[in-house]
Amino acid sequence: MPKVKVDGVELDVPAGATVLQACELAGKEIPRFCYHERLSIAGNCRMCLVEVKPGPPKPQASCALPAAEGQEIRTDSEMVKKAREGVMEFLLINHPLDCPICDQGGECDLQDQSVAYGRGASRYDENKRAVTEKNMGPIVKTVMTRCIQCTRCVRFAEEVAGVPEIGAIYRGENMQITTYLEHAAKSELSGNVVDLCPVGALTAKPYAFEARPWELKKTHAIDVMDAVGTNIRLDSRGRQVLRAVPRINDDVNEEWASDKTRHNVDGLVRKRLDKPYVRRDGKLVPATWAEAFAAIAAVQHGGSVAAIAGDLLDCETMFAGKALVEKLGGTMLEGRQTGLAYDVSSLSSVVFNTPLADLETADVILLVGTNLRWEAPLVNTRLRKAIKKGAKVFGIGPEFDLTYKVEWLGNDASLLGKLPDAVIEAFGKAARPAMIVGGGVLAKDGAHGDTLALVETLGLIKDGWNGYNVLHFAAARMGGLMLGYATAGGIKAVAAVKPKLLFALGADEVDYAAFSDSFKVYVGHHGDKGAHAADVILPGASYAEKAGTYVNLEGRVQRGEKAVFAPGDAREDWSILRALSEVMGATLPFDNFEQLRAEMIKAVPALGVEGLADYGWSIPSLPTGATGELASPIKDFYLTNAVCRASPTMQQCSAELVHGVEFAEAAE
Amino acid sequence: MADETAPVAPPPPPPFVGPLEDRDRIFTNVHGFQDWGIDAAIMRGDWDNTRALLALGQDAIIDIMKASNLRGRGGAGFPTGMKWSFMPKESKDGRPSFLVINADESEPGSCKDREIIRHDPHKLIEGALVAGFAMRARAAYIYIRGEFIYEAKVLFAAVEQAYAKGFIGKNACGSGYDFDVFVHRGAGAYICGEETAQIESLEGKKGQPRLKPPFPAGAGLYGCPTTVNNVESIAVSPTILRRGAAWFNRFGREGNRGTKLFQISGHVNKPCVVEESMSIPFRELIDRHCGGIRGGWDNLLAVIPGGSSVPLVPAREIMDAPMDFDGLKALGSGLGTAAVIVMDKSTDIVRAISRLSYFYKHESCGQCTPCREGTGWMWRVMERLRTGDADLSEIDMLHQVTKQVEGHTICALGDAAAWPIQGLIKHFRPEIERRINERGAPVMEAAE
Repeated sequence: MPKVKVDGVELDVPAGATVLQACELAGKEIPRFCYHERLSIAGNCRMCLVEVKPGPPKPQASCALPAAEGQEIRTDSEMVKKAREGVMEFLLINHPLDCPICDQGGECDLQDQSVAYGRGASRYDENKRAVTEKNMGPIVKTVMTRCIQCTRCVRFAEEVAGVPEIGAIYRGENMQITTYLEHAAKSELSGNVVDLCPVGALTAKPYAFEARPWELKKTHAIDVMDAVGTNIRLDSRGRQVLRAVPRINDDVNEEWASDKTRHNVDGLVRKRLDKPYVRRDGKLVPATWAEAFAAIAAVQHGGSVAAIAGDLLDCETMFAGKALVEKLGGTMLEGRQTGLAYDVSSLSSVVFNTPLADLETADVILLVGTNLRWEAPLVNTRLRKAIKKGAKVFGIGPEFDLTYKVEWLGNDASLLGKLPDAVIEAFGKAARPAMIVGGGVLAKDGAHGDTLALVETLGLIKDGWNGYNVLHFAAARMGGLMLGYATAGGIKAVAAVKPKLLFALGADEVDYAAFSDSFKVYVGHHGDKGAHAADVILPGASYAEKAGTYVNLEGRVQRGEKAVFAPGDAREDWSILRALSEVMGATLPFDNFEQLRAEMIKAVPALGVEGLADYGWSIPSLPTGATGELASPIKDFYLTNAVCRASPTMQQCSAELVHGVEFAEAAE
Repeated sequence: MADETAPVAPPPPPPFVGPLEDRDRIFTNVHGFQDWGIDAAIMRGDWDNTRALLALGQDAIIDIMKASNLRGRGGAGFPTGMKWSFMPKESKDGRPSFLVINADESEPGSCKDREIIRHDPHKLIEGALVAGFAMRARAAYIYIRGEFIYEAKVLFAAVEQAYAKGFIGKNACGSGYDFDVFVHRGAGAYICGEETAQIESLEGKKGQPRLKPPFPAGAGLYGCPTTVNNVESIAVSPTILRRGAAWFNRFGREGNRGTKLFQISGHVNKPCVVEESMSIPFRELIDRHCGGIRGGWDNLLAVIPGGSSVPLVPAREIMDAPMDFDGLKALGSGLGTAAVIVMDKSTDIVRAISRLSYFYKHESCGQCTPCREGTGWMWRVMERLRTGDADLSEIDMLHQVTKQVEGHTICALGDAAAWPIQGLIKHFRPEIERRINERGAPVMEAAE
């Protein structure tokens, strides 16, 4: 613990801290552009200069200088003030100062810091530099004249995203940041460079010229595009969500969000169900709520009622649906829409047992049947960190470019029963071994049992460490499993009993042909597959339009708030179910959201505590001996649910980045 | 009463400041009168029982280098022996050590490394072995400037000759020490002469200086302990070891010992590269080797004594100054690489410095803000000062801008860009003011 003096105040700083961190500990603000906590240190913007004694008689870059015993640091001296003014002046001489037409305006580091640390006026009398725009893909808009060459985006792409496709070309004042040969940066995390960019050089293309930050209402929410449960902030104006940006949560998403999380929001205002529909003579026609409810109430179900939960649902909606089904005499609940039927007798055997933050410390990792990059991009970044620290990764299943070196063993489930000696040996030596089991395994008969059998063989359980991880990719999955949305035999078993009345709660991935004899009520928000098959459509709310509890893949209970109102006649899902229950003569016992949540917590107490739910640890005895190929369940990262299928941005990403379509651009 | 007859220590003899005799020259073929090949080099005394030099042992070699007071010849003048001693004595984690030899000689005015490699490459290769052995390096990388095409050819061939004779490679010179020498051609960027940028470039990356710490001696090339030395520092080391530190210490003033290759260019009658004693007075250097100033000493305007990055010195101050690190520092300039650029009164001094500003603007790597933005700004203002199309207050503004660049950058290129302008403003302010005041008057330009 070195002792340093910052502006005359003595304090202890942790060993290995930099001078910049020491100053922050002392409560001093140090301006910076290139420095970022989660990226490597570049030290090139020179904004964080401070005076340090002992040392050469010139200001030092505090971000790169280790704090050492006995240092006297000054952040308020004349030398420091002059140095900051000088650097700020240099940064501004070639900056276009086009703040009035810049999307970064109002949340721009350069703006803020030039007010705080800059000189009042410019002395630069020469012409300014102009830089041509670059193509960085469908998400990132570039105005490179504004670039101050801090290289945060370069370091992010290389270090976090693992696609070293952004870099600097030319030198001196001609230096430009660009992508490799001006191809789009092929990363599912590219949107993060927009947040990282301290100026308006990289801004979000879909959000271009949409709003000013001070006009936006900011709501804390939980992302539902995958099962990671990214903490997001929804920025809305009026009734429309204009953008989603990540919140910092070191346990979950750190500071990042995938492109899908960020840019599905334009799908929230397209293809929306904004009034009830009833199928008459084979055609869906608009109806009033009363007509729709009456049509449902007229169904003679005789207790043959089932509910299927979609991937984006909050726990409250699922609980209300479950309560209604049970009140009507039904029992069948299912959330695994695509037909998975894995055993759920022990939730600990189907959850991501290693906390995400701890995954960074894993030393040997086996991936089975998963494309992490698409199923959970932010788990992949954690794994990249582990690999940077020296972890070794083996993979079974189809080969994917996961941005790091994986030793692929082959795509054959039978390998699980006869792992190569090298793998056994590596796991034998590992202190923190981990296995990540993807959807490909859950879909394969016996494979789930095979992986559970390996828990013992590979020694995945250590003191304070559980390395057995099942990777889900539906935001509603763990919550659904906790609420009992799983029927033995899966959705096939539900279809087999031909329920008379089927509630499809935002379920858009189901093969509805199997339910041709059922009266299907779709409660959801987008005109997608579920709505097409429905007999009655009740327009519900998307994740942005309702408060809710979500459980992420590691069993972390999190809550999101409501950002905007649902469009048109659409209502929050629970209130639809509550109203319907009254019409059907099976009134549910809650009149408002708080009561619903209280009921839910009464039924499943774990949902009442934000944080990791405790599932204990037990291994059910399951059949083993899987053979054949494993396949990742995600075919197109950008089009995995109804919201992103409705989003033009996601459609464009899919076409351009997944299917390789070249987009013609109008000549400007 | 004290014994007044006690012997009084005789006053130290005045330092030897030249002229250097032929027998004391290290670079005996710097003018290329003989063949550069290995046989001719052996005739000149290179590779003479190098094994015995290595047999001195690593620590003894470093001690001799320290005792010789050799200061690095690349410009900064850091004691070479001390630099070598920073290298780890043993590898605790299995990382090898490397010697990188900086032959990226791109400083305007400097041309000594080129002459060494052209005509005396075996001095360099032998030095690489001796120095590499002393710092326990596994290999030496010679980073040669991209534009040196003939020199690279010579160097590649010379290295091959040395391998063929068994002087380097496995069991180098029969010493039992394995040592490789690799020649790496640069691509013509001045900044790759900065030691950490050179390491980056060697690794195949964009040549941009690294942040220090960590220093190369801790983590340099490929993360391994590395020392970067100038060609001349390495090439003189075998001779120093053979003839002893005391011999080397005979030349030059205290703290500036040894012999040095001076490269005199510009308005002298016979520009040349010549090895002389350190601390030789400027006047003697010019008169003896260069045939005097063009048009006589009264025609001398100013001298840039150490390559383009040091401030110029006006005629009256430089004439009798000793040409060494401390002597020129006292004049507000520096010895640098001893690339002496002489300018007579026909020189458009503002234009000369403006051209240097253009060079630094062109060669700035663009990594850090003050240099990237400042070099361009300074050049543009200099161009206007050249023609007088400026305001008198802009002279002070330019000076402030140079101060904003100097000392605020990652590497020394920012300083190098700032100093020539500071020197100009310090010594030739009336000339700049005259141009501004006479704005509109035609400016004579030399045909190019």
